[in-house]
Amino acid sequence: MPIPLLDIRNLTFTADRQVILDRLDLAIQPAEIHALLGANGSGKTTLAYVLMGCEGYQSSAGDVLFDGTKLLPLKTHERAKLGLTLAWQEPARFEGVSVREYLSLGKPDRDPEPALRQVGLDPDRYLSRRVDKALSGGERHRIELASVLAMKPKLAILDEPAAGIDMLSINHIIAVIRTLKSYGGSVLLITHQEEVVLIADRASQLCGGRIIYSGTPHAVVDHFRGRTCVRCDGEVCGYVRA
Amino acid sequence: MSELEELIRVLPMVGAEPAILDDTRIGHVVAHGHHVLSHRTVPGLRVELEETPDALVGKMFIEAGAQIAQPIHMCFGLAHPTGVQRIKIDLHVSEGAQAQVLSHCLFPFATAAEHRMQAMMNIGPGASLTYTEGHYHGPHGGMQVLPHATIKIGKGARYFSDFSLLSGSVGNLDIDYLVEVEEEGLAELSAKIFAHKNDQIMLKEAVILRGARSRSLIKTRVVLEDDARADITGITEAHAKGARGHVDCMEIVQGRAQASAIPIVRVFHPEAKVTHEAAIGSVDKKELETLMARGLAPEQAVELIVSGILR
Repeated sequence: MPIPLLDIRNLTFTADRQVILDRLDLAIQPAEIHALLGANGSGKTTLAYVLMGCEGYQSSAGDVLFDGTKLLPLKTHERAKLGLTLAWQEPARFEGVSVREYLSLGKPDRDPEPALRQVGLDPDRYLSRRVDKALSGGERHRIELASVLAMKPKLAILDEPAAGIDMLSINHIIAVIRTLKSYGGSVLLITHQEEVVLIADRASQLCGGRIIYSGTPHAVVDHFRGRTCVRCDGEVCGYVRA
Repeated sequence: MSELEELIRVLPMVGAEPAILDDTRIGHVVAHGHHVLSHRTVPGLRVELEETPDALVGKMFIEAGAQIAQPIHMCFGLAHPTGVQRIKIDLHVSEGAQAQVLSHCLFPFATAAEHRMQAMMNIGPGASLTYTEGHYHGPHGGMQVLPHATIKIGKGARYFSDFSLLSGSVGNLDIDYLVEVEEEGLAELSAKIFAHKNDQIMLKEAVILRGARSRSLIKTRVVLEDDARADITGITEAHAKGARGHVDCMEIVQGRAQASAIPIVRVFHPEAKVTHEAAIGSVDKKELETLMARGLAPEQAVELIVSGILR
């Protein structure tokens, strides 16, 4: 087996005495698209925040190796400098910050136009706009993806990247994910949308803070749909045999 | 260096080029204390200035229908550490006229100085005035600035103001503006201030929507650090059918700074509507973490968020 880009072992996170991530193990290989499925409250977004080092999301046990470096002691921007980034499910809005600036963060010489085109937005119309409340939810989501794309990360965690995107534009999202892979990057893809899951190389199902099933995207989608959850017997995630 | 040269030298601190005063197409007034150092009129603009021991008294008239293409520059200031400047000015924009005024208030060396402005502006029916006010009070925090104004906006007239104080220290700032808007008139007031050290800000802007379908926006952005204090009051009253107003105040507080925001909205007609939003606090955590997740260090992220808010 090749050395994983991301190697999560025994990761545990608790909040208000509740175990949200429970000794979670997960490995993602270089240039792998890995979809993560799970019911609301199963711990998907929490895993994303713990990996990114967000405030209030410090793990209580476990190890995470990212490209050979211990990730958990590092601050968010230090993790980003290693090549890890996160696209939030509800992206933040920035008053006064232009799309051009947002796509060139920390690298003013970077050309933001290709990334914007890749998400289906016309640079002439969008580069001078502000990343603020005037953008629709769908536009903001696409700009978030463009900013991830422009960064060319080693691993992008995309939390529901297709949320609020119209059906016709989902192809742009899929193209972005494939482009990230074509750069040699990996993607941890948190999503509920089957057409997005199916572009993954592998997938895992999360329940009660643990990976309960991993396999091909088809197999995980089938498991997600048609089987009683082996971990909680359907009591937590609601996945019960019909 | 002469007083005129001293004031011209710091024009870039408020985003203006010194060369504008040499341009014969651009009207201007430059005053040091109560003395006029330079002025020029352009077609459509009439200026009367009177130097008195107590104040500089000015009247500016923009003739009916005049479309003054280039902004008119008003540059007031003191080139000494101490002193008092009082300005009383009437600005009359006649029916159908259009003009932009760039007001520069420059006090680069102030350690214990005072600037008082008493302005009365009348924007005639269908006229439009854009009033951009840039202040620079130097690094010492020794300035007391009290701009007070009453602005009357006629039927179908438009008034846009943009106050900014983004470089150097504020000192003690006490702004009090009252704006009255007639039928189908529009008033948009924007203020952006970056305060540090022991700066004190009192900002009160009141808009009275008197006419039917009159509209207004009060937008305030203040960033405070160190021991700075700010009390922001945005008042909008709507008295007529179809009047619409909005008050939007955001203050970012860092260090030991303190801020208050008081939006006051009053509606006196069942078909009028006024809304408000106010936010005070530290830099938004999600914004900060998003930028850090793209590789910016925390201090770089804060700087970008703050500079964005003050644009």
